[in-house]
Order: sequence, then C-alpha cells, then structure tokens
Amino acid sequence: MIRLEKRRMPSQVWTWAAPVVAVLATMVAGGAVFAALGKDPLVAIRTIFWDPLFSEFAFYYRPQLMIKGAPLVLIAIGLSLGFRAGIWNIGAEGQYIMGALAGAGVALAAYPLEAAWLFPAMVIAGALGGWAWAMIPGLLKVTLGTNEILVSLMLVYVAEKILAAMALGLMKNPDGFGFPGSRNLQQYPSATSWIDQAAGLHWGVAAAFIAVIAAYVLLSRHVLGFQIRLAGQAPRAARFAGVNTARLVLFCLGTSGALAGMAGLFEVAGPSGVVSIDFNAGYGFTAIIVAFLGRLHPLGILLAGGLMALTYVGGDMAQANLQLPKAAIQLFQGMMLFFLLAVDVFTNFRLRINLRGAA
Amino acid sequence: MEMLINIAAFMFVAATPLTLAAIGETVVERAGVLNLGVEGMMIMGAIVGFMVAVNSGSPVLGLVMAAAGGMGLSLIFAFVTQVALANQVASGLALTLFGLGLSALLGQGYQGVKPPAFPQGDIPLLADIPVLGPILFQQDPVVYLAIALTVAVFVFLRFSRAGLVLRAVGENHDAAHALGYKVVRIRIAAIAFGGACAGLGGAYISLIRVPQWTEGMTAGIGWIALALVVFGAWRPLLVGLGACIFGGIEAVQLNLQAAGVAIPVSLLAMSPYLITILVLVIMSAVRTGAPASLGRPFHASS
Amino acid sequence: MKIAKLLATAAMVLGMATAAIAQDKTKVGFVYVGPVGDGGWTYEHDKARQAVVAKFGDKVETVFVESVPEGPDAERVMTQMALEGADLIFTTSFGYMDPTINVAAKFPKVKFEHATGYKRADNVSTYSARFYEGRAVQGHIAGKMTKSNIIGYIGSYPIPEVIQGINSAYIHAKKVNPNVQFKIVWAFTWFDPAKEADAAKVLIEQGADVILQHTDSTAPQAAAKAAGNVITFGQASDMSEYAPLPRVSSIIDNWAPYYIARVQAVMDGSWTSTDTWDGIGPGMVGIGEISDAVPADVKAEALAMADALAKGTYHPFTGPLNKQDGSVWLKAGEKADDGTLLGLNFYVEGIEGEIPK
Repeated sequence: MIRLEKRRMPSQVWTWAAPVVAVLATMVAGGAVFAALGKDPLVAIRTIFWDPLFSEFAFYYRPQLMIKGAPLVLIAIGLSLGFRAGIWNIGAEGQYIMGALAGAGVALAAYPLEAAWLFPAMVIAGALGGWAWAMIPGLLKVTLGTNEILVSLMLVYVAEKILAAMALGLMKNPDGFGFPGSRNLQQYPSATSWIDQAAGLHWGVAAAFIAVIAAYVLLSRHVLGFQIRLAGQAPRAARFAGVNTARLVLFCLGTSGALAGMAGLFEVAGPSGVVSIDFNAGYGFTAIIVAFLGRLHPLGILLAGGLMALTYVGGDMAQANLQLPKAAIQLFQGMMLFFLLAVDVFTNFRLRINLRGAA
Repeated sequence: MEMLINIAAFMFVAATPLTLAAIGETVVERAGVLNLGVEGMMIMGAIVGFMVAVNSGSPVLGLVMAAAGGMGLSLIFAFVTQVALANQVASGLALTLFGLGLSALLGQGYQGVKPPAFPQGDIPLLADIPVLGPILFQQDPVVYLAIALTVAVFVFLRFSRAGLVLRAVGENHDAAHALGYKVVRIRIAAIAFGGACAGLGGAYISLIRVPQWTEGMTAGIGWIALALVVFGAWRPLLVGLGACIFGGIEAVQLNLQAAGVAIPVSLLAMSPYLITILVLVIMSAVRTGAPASLGRPFHASS
Repeated sequence: MKIAKLLATAAMVLGMATAAIAQDKTKVGFVYVGPVGDGGWTYEHDKARQAVVAKFGDKVETVFVESVPEGPDAERVMTQMALEGADLIFTTSFGYMDPTINVAAKFPKVKFEHATGYKRADNVSTYSARFYEGRAVQGHIAGKMTKSNIIGYIGSYPIPEVIQGINSAYIHAKKVNPNVQFKIVWAFTWFDPAKEADAAKVLIEQGADVILQHTDSTAPQAAAKAAGNVITFGQASDMSEYAPLPRVSSIIDNWAPYYIARVQAVMDGSWTSTDTWDGIGPGMVGIGEISDAVPADVKAEALAMADALAKGTYHPFTGPLNKQDGSVWLKAGEKADDGTLLGLNFYVEGIEGEIPK
C-alpha cells in the first residue's frame, strides 16, 4: 500500500529539490518526444534551456527573456496575493486587455501631442482600466457573493470582443489603409514605455521587479500580508482576528487587476506597439501557471516567470534551428507544467510505503 | 418561416458539441472539481476520432475512440490534481496547452483527408412532420445522443444514489469522506466522464460538423462550454437549454447577416457571456450557486 | 547603452560574416503566422519555401518558425534569424509590418520581404498579390453557374483586400447574370473551421448554390460537399481534394516564382527594395484547374478572361462603375488606380448590405 502522508512542516529539501526534479523529468520525457520526431534530444534540450542564456548571441536573448517574462511576473505577483487569500481571479487576461485599451486610448486621444505627463497618465489609465475590470467580479462577490472565478473568466471573453471591435473601429489607425490595428505607439516618443530597447528594458520590466520587492515586503512585513495569509490558511480564524473579508477581496482583486492592466499598457506602449485584434497573447492565463509554479512566493514567481520565458524564447530557437514543429514545443511546455505541479506534492506530503498493508 | 426552421435546426448542430462538453464538465464540477482543460480534451477527441474513423472507415468507432482519447487526457489531469494534489486551475490550463500540442503532432498528415461520411439520422415518419420534422427529427445521431445524455445525467444526478453521493462529494468533501465515501475515486471517475464527453464533442466537430481535421480547429469552443456550465447553474437540463441559446445566437447572427440585416456582430458575440454573468448574479442573489467544494483540493488526512 | 552598441557591432560583424558565408550558401528565413498545416495561407508560403529548396538545392538553407504571434514575438524570431546568419527573411503576415521595419533597421545587411504591408526601407521590400483578378474569374463562373441566382460570400475582416474581392466577384457575376444577388457573412476570423462551416451552411440554407470564401480553412468546402448541389472555389491553396465538386476552381497564392526570383537576386547581389503587387500575369495568383463540372463554354470564357488579365489587356475594375450609393466611381473606360484599391472601403452599386464598422 503506497499512500501520501501530510508533513507537519513543508519539507525544506523538497522546496528546493522539486523544481529541479521536475525540470529533469521534463528533459527526459521531452527528450523522448524529440527523439521520436527524429531530432537529437540533447541538442534540442540544450537549444531550449542553454542557448538563450549562454550561446554566442545570448547578449540579445537575455534581454528578450526579460521582455517576455516581465508581463508574466507582473501579473502573477498580483494574482498570487489573491490566490494566497483564497480569492481566485482567473480573468487577468481580460484585465490585461482592458488596461492596454485604456492606456492606449489616452495616448491615441492625445496624439500627436508630445508631453512629459502623457506616459504617467497612460500608466494610471492602464492600471485603472485593469482595476475597474477586476472590480466587477470584486463588487459582485462582496455584495452578492457571486463566484469570482467564473465572473472574471466570463469577462475575459467580453474584453476580447471589445478589443476586436476597438482594433477594427474606434482605435483603427487612420493612416493604415483600412487595415485593422491602431497607430504604433513605438513611433510616438511621449507614449512609449521603452527605456532602453537594446537592453530589453521598458517600464514594464522595471515595474515587474518593483512588484516582486513590494509583494515580498507586504507579505513578510505588513499586517495586510499577514491578513492575506491568514485568510487563505484559516478563514475562520481570520474572521475572529478581525480581518475585514470584503475589504480584503476588493484589495486583492483590485491589485491584481491594476497590475494586469499595467502589464497590458506597458506591452502595448512598448514591445507590441499596436492595439491589434489578437494583441493579447495569453499572458493573463500563462501568469496563473507562473503564479503556481512560483508557489505564490514573490521570488518563486520571478524564477518561474524566467523559466516560462526561457521555454518560449528557447522554443522558438529550437523551431528555427532544428525545425521542430511548434506543436512539439507546446507539448513540451505542457509536460513541464504537469511535472512541476505534480512533483510539488512532495513538499507537503511524504510517500509512505506500508508493506504490512500490502501483505 | 423557412428561415426560422433553418435557424432552429441549425441551433441543434451548433449546440451539440457545446452540450456534450458542457454536460461532462457539469458532472466534473458537481463532484467539486474545476477542470479548465476542456478545450484540450475536445481537440484530443477531435483528432483521435478523426484518425480512427479515417483508418478504420467507421465513424462510429471514431466517436468511441474519441471519447477514449478525451478520457485518456483527462486522466493526466486527474492524476495531477487528485493524487498529486496540484492546483486545479493551473493544471487545467496546462492540460489545454498539452492537448493542443499533442493533437497537432498526431494530426500531421491528416490535413485535407476526408473522413467517412456519418449516416444521417432521420427518424422515419416523424421526420416528415412539417416544421417540427426538419427541426427535431432530421438531425444526425449524435444530436440525439447529446440530448439523451443530457437527460441521463439529469436523472443520474437527481434521482440516483450514486448521483447523490457525487453531489455530496462536491458540496462537502470532508463530510462525504467522514461518511465513508471514496472522494478521490469518485472525483477521478467524474473527471474521466468529463473527458470522454469533451472528446465526443470534439469528434463531433471534426467528423460531422465541419468535417475535416485542421490544427486548433476547436477554436475556443471548449472555453464556451465552461461558460455554459455556469450559465446552466450546474443543472444538466439548463445546461442543455443554455447550449441551445448559445448555438441559437450564433445561428441567428449568421442568418441575419446572410439575409443582409445590419447587426452589431461584436455586441451579439459578447452577449452570451454577459448573460452568463447576469445569471450568476441572479443565482447568487437567491443564494444558490456553485458546488461548495468547487476547485478545492482534498486529502484524506487534512 | 553599452548593450545597444554591442548589438550594433555584432550586427555589423555578422553582416560581414554572412557576406562571407553567402558565397557558398544563402540562408533564407520564413516567419509564418499560422501552422504550416493550415491548408491555406501559411501552407502556401511553406510550399513556396519548399520550391526554393527544390530549385537551389545545396546552395540555399531555409529555416522557418510557425504560428508566430504578431508583435514582440515576431520581432524576436526575426532578430534571431538575422543573428543566426540569414541573408533574406520573408515575413508573411500583415501584422509583421512594424516588427519587420524595426529589425531591418538593426540589420542593414540582411534583406527583408514583407507580405501585404505598405512600409518599405532600403532593405525591406513588400509584396502582395492581386487576388481580385482571380475573384473576377470566380465571379464569372459563379454568375454563369448559379441556378438560384444567390451567391454566398464568407468574408473574414472588412479590410480593403477582402472588399476588393467582393466587388470584383460581384461585378463579374452581375455582368453575365443580371439577376445575381450576393449574400455576405462576415466571420470576423481568418481561421475557425467550425464557424466557417456554419457560415457556409447558413448561406446554403438561404438559397446560395455558390459559396465564395475569403477565409483560410477548407471547412466551407466540406460543408458544401455535405449539402450537395453547391459549388465552391478553393481559397489560398488549390483545395483540390474537394474537386471536381464542390470545388470547381480556385485562387492559388503562388508565391514560389517570386520567392525563387528574390533568393536568386540575393545570390546575384542584385537585390533592391521593391514594391510588388502581382496578379495572374507573373503567376503570383494562380487559377486552379477548372473542373469538368463547369460547362465547356463557361470554362473557355473563364480561361480567356484569365488570359486577358494576365496580359494586362483587361482590368477587373474598369468603368463605368458606380459606388453602392449610386455616385460615380469610375467613368466609362476608366480603370481604378492602385491607391484607391489599396484603401478600398465601399461596395459597388448593386451589392446589398453595409460593410461592418
């Protein structure tokens, strides 16, 4: 009889070993898939995990990892606060879109005015856009007890339709020959979020790092962080301890919405540049995975975001250099996530092999 | 009049994959598990069913194997969430990624291949009734299967002892465990059933509704099915009705466009989701809602 | 700032390095917006890539990345190709326009070819096909063959290229069949088989016996086949697996001649930045085999029209033509200029309905 037994304390060893074991397991299983497709598994795995960091052109790929990882980390940090408190915002994708639309809307309305206040105004608008979109499930939850998982998910679809309508209508580039998509904000100096493009540095990257530190401080030092953890681990105790649940729900949803909205704004004003029909590349959903891979811990999220970015950047390299199909990369990512999620069980549980039970 | 008949008949076709996937997910969620991987399981069903139908020449065998394919994929989710106790939201999202990748790999070489035709399921005599005939009795057999499945799940959940146990597990897994029910086993069974249904729904698209295989061909239908479960308030008959409304909106939209009526397409396209939110709000106002243990992990010792 | 300099230096070094390598092997990159197995748009670009390989053999090395989202990912993939020594990069979707321009600015020695866009640079060419020429042939066949006089049209997004196609098809269907009526459904997607199949079925139910599509999957073909007595035309690729019925002909995006010519130009060192908008003549738009389901006289007329279009003796948009509101667009004998066509945002007289905003 093999069964799981809960540990009294999360295992220190497994906290660190689990991700390593999972990544190694993925390499073995993924390597088998690559080999089945007729590619050298060692080369494929080196291309995905090693080349972006240490190959000849790593000077270019390292900044790209930051660009790809920043929105994931920024959104995941916001989500992790709520997830810790048992508040499930899975609509970050929608908040990301609405933030981008609100922020880009400010810039497009002001075009071609050049002013120092413009970019800060866009950031605020972006944050407000995401915040407002997250407030819908938030307010419904605190006033009526409506399930926030489902409302936030539904609002993703609504946001996607609004995005398409905007890209085809109101925000369409008047100089774009009727093609869908807005003006390119990269070519609008006051509105761009780039700090140093070659270094891969835009305000979104800066914001991601700030968010990691802020979340760390909040969770370890601030009373609100204590309340968040308490509400997640022991909801009843939290109520006795005088935690205002409604305020906590609004705070968590609002913060995650605002961060997702800002991530959208930084993306549209920087790396992406245009509001296009499918501008959202799934960052909001991937960030949920990143939050859990990082165990809802700010530093863990930073690492997980980096790892996700690595598989994206390395995956594209493997496609071009080894002619691996995109599908193989998706499969590989899916496997990695399963392994990472599954192996985590050993942090909180231990395997008990009960020989007598079997006999 | 003819257009109305067409819309109504068409509604069932659009509703069928939604119904199949959503009914399966209803059972899963009623057992307290939130599996967001419906899209991944559907596309797996779509390709497995397609491959089997093409290679064996039997679309029926294709459907059966599609259900098996969806179930197989769902068992990965079941293992990760029920045995290894991983977070369900993250695992479901990973499942979709995994399914999309695997199906595309399997499907290489099946592009442009035509599957064997599925026999039309006109019901003798009844099919000739004016108005109702074309709407209800000239559909393909899977439409009837979807309707039958909806009713069967309704009866199962409402009247059977096993259904009662399943609901108990979804509402309060600790209490159910205390009463001696095997929470994990019941949930794994529910997840497998959900996977099979989603696989069937996917195969309906690749074998009957389109019929062909193309990468990513479910194009978001699995996500709509998730919305549908909520829309139907976790009640099978309402879920089935909701599928008809969702399918109907699509049918009306396309028909009006074809008839040259200018309609705000984007507004109409977002209406199902807005209505779903409204339903959620109303339900929470009258204090009925999601299964209480939805999405929460369960371990016997905790 | 240091890194910016480093990148610039690296690019320069690489430019020289690739110039040196170029003598033995030319490296060509392709960035695709969909999977190579989409059976339509990306499939045809990849077929042209294979044609390049077949033509040049060992003298060329090609790389491609599929399903690249339009945005920062595209920019990274292009940069990666340039860094890895590509001499020529084809970016095959409208949404890659700004990323292409950005990357091209960083790699002046690498040549870029952007499909369907309007921004060029010293090392960025653009190319697109006059699909509306093929639509004229389709319209002719459709107008002759419809019995119900209702022709269904599945549009993707209301953009000029699609509107050109609708107008061209309508004008030529109307010319041979004054009673013809167009029913247009906008799918608001380039690729969604279930939705495209649904749209086709609805159009068929509303009496259409010809389905024209400007979306990329073969789903409408499958739907038409299931319905019977409906004819269709392949879009982007030949879709010959649905011949002879329902697919009676097709518009093929044949990029191979252009890709081969451009790779050759890079090899010769004669590549310059150009703006290409080719039709049937140079072979960029192919008219797929007209099947035997089409009566011989109609087939002959269609081929004659294709021939005239190829020679340039006939332009699909030749006046007199009025806009939908009845105002004059082109006077008798006047031909539409490319500028108007590239920004086309109105229907011609006779088409019912509005272009969605």
